Amino acid sequence: MLATMEYKETEQATATSVKVHVEGLRFFYGASEALHGITLDIPEKQVTALIGPSGCGKSTFLRTLNRMNDLIENTRVEGLVEVLGDNIYAPGYDLAELRRRVGMVFQRSNPFPKTIFENIAYGPRIHGVRDRATLEEIVEKSLRNAALWDEVKDRMNQSALGLSGGQQQRLCIARALAVDPEVILMDEPASALDPRSTAAVEDLILELRNQYTIVIVTHNMQQASRVSDFTAFFYEGDLVELGKTPNLFTCPREKRTEDYITGRFG
Amino acid sequence: MNKVLNFDTGFVWSMRLMALLVIGLVVAVGYVLVQGSSEAFQKFGLSFITGREWDPIMGSYGSLPFIVGSLLTAFLALLISIPFSMSIALYLGEFANKGKISAIFTSLVELLAGIPSVIYGFWALFYLVPVVRWIQERLDIPPIGVGIFSAALILAIMIIPFSASIAREVIRMVPVGLKEAAYALGATRLEVIKDVVLPVGKSGIFAGIMLALGRALGETMAVTMVIGNNNIMPDSLFSPANTIASLLANEFAEADSSLYVSSLVGLGLVLFVMTALINFLGKMLIRRLSK
Ligand SMILES: Nc1ncnc2c1ncn2[C@@H]1O[C@H](COP(=O)(O)OP(=O)(O)OP(=O)(O)O)[C@@H](O)[C@H]1O
Ligand SMILES: [Mg+2]
Repeated sequence: MLATMEYKETEQATATSVKVHVEGLRFFYGASEALHGITLDIPEKQVTALIGPSGCGKSTFLRTLNRMNDLIENTRVEGLVEVLGDNIYAPGYDLAELRRRVGMVFQRSNPFPKTIFENIAYGPRIHGVRDRATLEEIVEKSLRNAALWDEVKDRMNQSALGLSGGQQQRLCIARALAVDPEVILMDEPASALDPRSTAAVEDLILELRNQYTIVIVTHNMQQASRVSDFTAFFYEGDLVELGKTPNLFTCPREKRTEDYITGRFG
Repeated sequence: MNKVLNFDTGFVWSMRLMALLVIGLVVAVGYVLVQGSSEAFQKFGLSFITGREWDPIMGSYGSLPFIVGSLLTAFLALLISIPFSMSIALYLGEFANKGKISAIFTSLVELLAGIPSVIYGFWALFYLVPVVRWIQERLDIPPIGVGIFSAALILAIMIIPFSASIAREVIRMVPVGLKEAAYALGATRLEVIKDVVLPVGKSGIFAGIMLALGRALGETMAVTMVIGNNNIMPDSLFSPANTIASLLANEFAEADSSLYVSSLVGLGLVLFVMTALINFLGKMLIRRLSK
């Protein structure tokens, strides 16, 4: 937490504005506490990478930002999470709207067993877009943004399950883009992909960072340094250190961060 | 290496044998039915199926009333049961899918499937038939109680566990990742059920419904007790009537001429073919659905 304060003083000036503000966030699965008071800010239109050993709470943290953890029974949140200026855990907060503004991409690509078109059109549909021409426009734009359009434009009405693993993951990214989010959460989006598809997804992230605020969980240190502007190191439910990515990797302030990035544990 | 290969071929062959045994059994049953009913079919031809008169004393045997009775009770039962079985399946598969309460409910539903049908029959006679009579009184229909509607009601209750358990399992098996994908786009729980859970599970759910329909068509004891055993064509949902299975159970013991016996076996063949046909149509539909 000390590290975060320092970061605030020294580095916030470089960030344009804060999209996600988290303060004293604790998270409980039943009686076991998975996050012990996380405080951090996520800057707009930057890529923030979350790294740390397995089980340290990266996914848990990510999923508090769009309240996906609400789906798990017997869980509890304490502390403040502000997304785009709103306290998202305030009573009566509109979950559908939160999740429209905060998109998510999962570790295992999960296209619906529907056509490519229907996969992308689903989000806009549930948010009230009915007009076919508008839907077609959104679908094309989202697929173009996800660098998938050229590969699928002739097979829009074929099942999305016929795509390769890498294409499926980019389809899922396109699907998330289709509801016009401002923040995109990605939980190890490339960990199940081959090197070429991984590179394609990484290029895409670099492409998207001009328009979206991205938070990405990754186990791959090279990936974090390639795609992210800021990196947060989590350890056993605590945020140990957050800093500009090159700084954090070249001269970490904390011993535990250094041990982790040099591969001494984890 | 060779040993493994030998074991494998032996294993495959023994499984093949077992599978053949099942086919042999179906053929044997079919053979007995065809053989046993040949007298009736030779005498009446197609009118054995289309005939509306079943009168052993006059020696006339037409099965249409029972075909209609069987189909009517079974489909009516299905129609009545679906809202209940689907609600139970969704509740146990999607809403309360873990924990003690869910386990208790799940085993209660399975217990329902294990109650002997004669007990369902008794219960229906004492509790359902009076209710139907009460309804009939309100509707100014002769309050007979027993009939198609009472049979359909008890059948509906009896088949709920079958379609509900299968649908519950199917719904439970819908990948969490798919549901999360929809939630993450802002879908509500209802939308997730409507757009993900049911479409993904539909062919399995439908298969469960087909199984339930098969049970309803073949159910004998409980139906016999409340359908009124009236061997005429039903002219309303309340009329006392009969089904093929129920008629067979009632009359086989008293069949005193070879034509009578042959006609009853013929009815058995009709039921056998009807069930097979419905299963086949169901399979086609499932294939369509799962595309
Ligand atoms: N559904 C759950 N129920 C109970 N405990 C959970 C659940 N999900 C995660 N946990 C626990 O919370 C802690 C943090 O898990 P989390 O999945 O957030 O870690 P992670 O950093 O994402 O790990 P990984 O790198 O392996 O994905 C772990 O101790 C884990 O066992
Ligand atoms: Mg994780």
